Amino acid sequence: MGPMRWGDAADEDEGIEGVLPPMQVMGPDEKGVKIIIEWRKKEDGSKVKVTTTVRVKKQVKRLNPAVIRRRSLKKFGDAVGQNSSENLTVVSTEEIFLERFRPVGQQGAKQEEKGADLASLGNASLIVCRTCGKKGDHWTSKCPFKELAANRGFNIGGEKPPGDDDMGMSSSSGPGGKASYVPPSMRMGSKGDGESMRKGRDDNSIRVTNLSEDTREQDLQELFRPFGSISRIYVAFDRDTGLSRGFAFINFVNREDAVRAINKLDGYGYDNLILRVEWATPRTDRA
Amino acid sequence: MRPILLKGHERPLTFLKYNRDGDLLFSCAKDHNPTVWYSHNGDRLGTYRGHNGAVWCCDVSRHTERLITGSADQSANIWDVETGAKLHTFGFESPARAVDFAEGDKLCVISTDPFIGAPSEIHVKRVEKDHSKQSSESLFVIKGPTGRINRAVWGPLNKTIISAGEDCLVRMWDAETGKLIKQSDPDAGHQKVVSSLAKSADGSHFITGSHDKSAKLWDIRTLEVLKTYSTERPVNAAAISPLLDHVVIGGGQDASQVTMSDRRAGKFEAKFFHKIYEEEIGGVKGHFGPINALAFNTDGRSFSSGGEDGYVRIHHFDADYYHIKM
Repeated sequence: MGPMRWGDAADEDEGIEGVLPPMQVMGPDEKGVKIIIEWRKKEDGSKVKVTTTVRVKKQVKRLNPAVIRRRSLKKFGDAVGQNSSENLTVVSTEEIFLERFRPVGQQGAKQEEKGADLASLGNASLIVCRTCGKKGDHWTSKCPFKELAANRGFNIGGEKPPGDDDMGMSSSSGPGGKASYVPPSMRMGSKGDGESMRKGRDDNSIRVTNLSEDTREQDLQELFRPFGSISRIYVAFDRDTGLSRGFAFINFVNREDAVRAINKLDGYGYDNLILRVEWATPRTDRA
Repeated sequence: MRPILLKGHERPLTFLKYNRDGDLLFSCAKDHNPTVWYSHNGDRLGTYRGHNGAVWCCDVSRHTERLITGSADQSANIWDVETGAKLHTFGFESPARAVDFAEGDKLCVISTDPFIGAPSEIHVKRVEKDHSKQSSESLFVIKGPTGRINRAVWGPLNKTIISAGEDCLVRMWDAETGKLIKQSDPDAGHQKVVSSLAKSADGSHFITGSHDKSAKLWDIRTLEVLKTYSTERPVNAAAISPLLDHVVIGGGQDASQVTMSDRRAGKFEAKFFHKIYEEEIGGVKGHFGPINALAFNTDGRSFSSGGEDGYVRIHHFDADYYHIKM
C-alpha cells in the first residue's frame, strides 16, 4: 500500500476507527511529570501509539529589583573611559578543583619501615615530614616535594617537574641564585650517588597505556586516587599536535597501592578502550 | 570551576566584602583605590578615589547605599556606593584599620592603630542618613588593648562590639558605654596575632584566623571557643559559608618568604573545613602569594579570595561541591 492519501481513511474497512485519535497531554503533575500520547500511522497502515514522558523543570533565578537596577549602573572612578576595564577581568583558562583532602592516618600506619626515619621520629604515630612539614601524611623520604626541597637549598633550577603546565611560574632561579650549575647529585638532600633524581621517577612507577586521546591528568587522578596517594602523574602529549599519545606514568607513594592499582585496572574498560596497566619497565633491580 | 581573575589592584589585597544582595564585591588593597565589581561576571563597576594610603577594611550598608573604608592615610571615608562620590571623611591621629556598620546603619565602629606613642583606639561614630548633617564626633572612644586592633565588629542587636587584634585576645565591649564586658580565655584562645574575624550569616557566631596557624569558631555572646581548625601555615583570612556547614580559611607563609621558595611549597590554598566536624574537606589553589582576604557570597554559591599577588579570584562552585560527603 502506498502512502496515505486524503480520503483513504473513509474507504477503509475500519471506517471511522481509521482516524487517528487526537494527541493527549496529561500533566504536568505535582512532580512535574508530563505524559504526551500521540498516535501515528505507519506506511503499512498499522497504528503506533507513542507515549512520551517528560519531566518539566522550572529554573527560577530570583533577582532582587535592586540588583537588576544596579546591573545598569554607570561606571565611575577608574572604570570610566574606553577600554579602561579591558583585560582586568579574565576567566581562568585553568580548571581549578576543590582538591579533596585525605584524612590523616588513613594509611600512615602501614607505611614501609625505614630504620633511619624510625630512629629520628621515635613514635610511629607522629609522622612529620621534614621537607614539607606535613603531619601524619608521609615519611620525609617519601615526600612528593622532595626535589623541590633540594631546590630550596641551593636556589638552582632543578629539573622542571612534569605536569607543571600551569601559568609558567618557573620553580627555579631564586634571588641571588648562584651562577654555576650544580648537578643533582651534589644538591642538598641528595644521597650523592645520583639516585635522588631517578628515584622519584622509578619508585612504584606504573605505566598506563591504551588511553583515549582526551584523557587528562585530572581523569587519571580520579581513576587512580582511590588506590592510594600518588606522587606524580605524567601524561605524554604529542609536541606537535598537543594530543595525548595514549600513555601515562603514575607514581604511587606506596608500592602496595601500585600493586593493587595494577591488579584492579589492568584490562579495565575506560572511555571505550581497554586499559593496560603495568610496571614501568626501566628498572633494572626489580625483583 | 574556572575562577574569574580580577586584576584591578596593583598591590596586595587586604579585604573583600560582598554586599547583602551578593551582586557586588568590594575589594580593598594596599593601593589607594577600593574597587567594586559585579560578582557574577567580574566586571569592574568603579573605584573609589580619594584615599592616600593603603586601605585596610571596608563595610557596606544593608541596602548598598553607603560604603565605609578605613585607610592608612589616617582617615575613614564614607562613599556613595553607586557613584563613587566621597560623602564624608573621618580624620584620625593614626591609621584607621577596621570598620563596620552597625545593624541599621546608624552607627559605625572604626579602630585605629597605635601610632607614635598613641595607643590603639576603637571609635564609635553616628552615621547620618543625610550626609550633609554628618559629624566627625565620636560618641565614645575605647582604649585599652595593646597593639593593632585588626577587626572590630558589632555584636547581636548592636549591644556589644567584638574586637580582636595583635594582643591575641578577643574582647567584648558594651556598645553604649564602651566598658569591657568580657575577654577571651588566653589559654583557650589564639596564641598569636588574630588577623581576621568574620561573623556568620545570622551573627550568632564568628570565626577568627590567627598567625598561630589556626582558625577558631566562637560564640558571639559568650566568647566561648566552639571549634578549632588547625592548619600548617599562618591564617590571614577566614570566612563562614552561609549555605553549608563549611568554613574556608586562607593564608600562607610570610610575604617576605614568598620569593624564597616554590609556590607549591607556600601552600597558598584556600582550605575548606567542615564547620562542625573540624575536618579538612579540601583546598582551592591558584594564588601566587598568601591569601589575605576571603569572603563568601551571601548565597553561599561562590566565594572570592584576594592574595598578596594582587589578584582577586571569584570562584563559582561546581555542582558537585553541594554534594560533598564527609
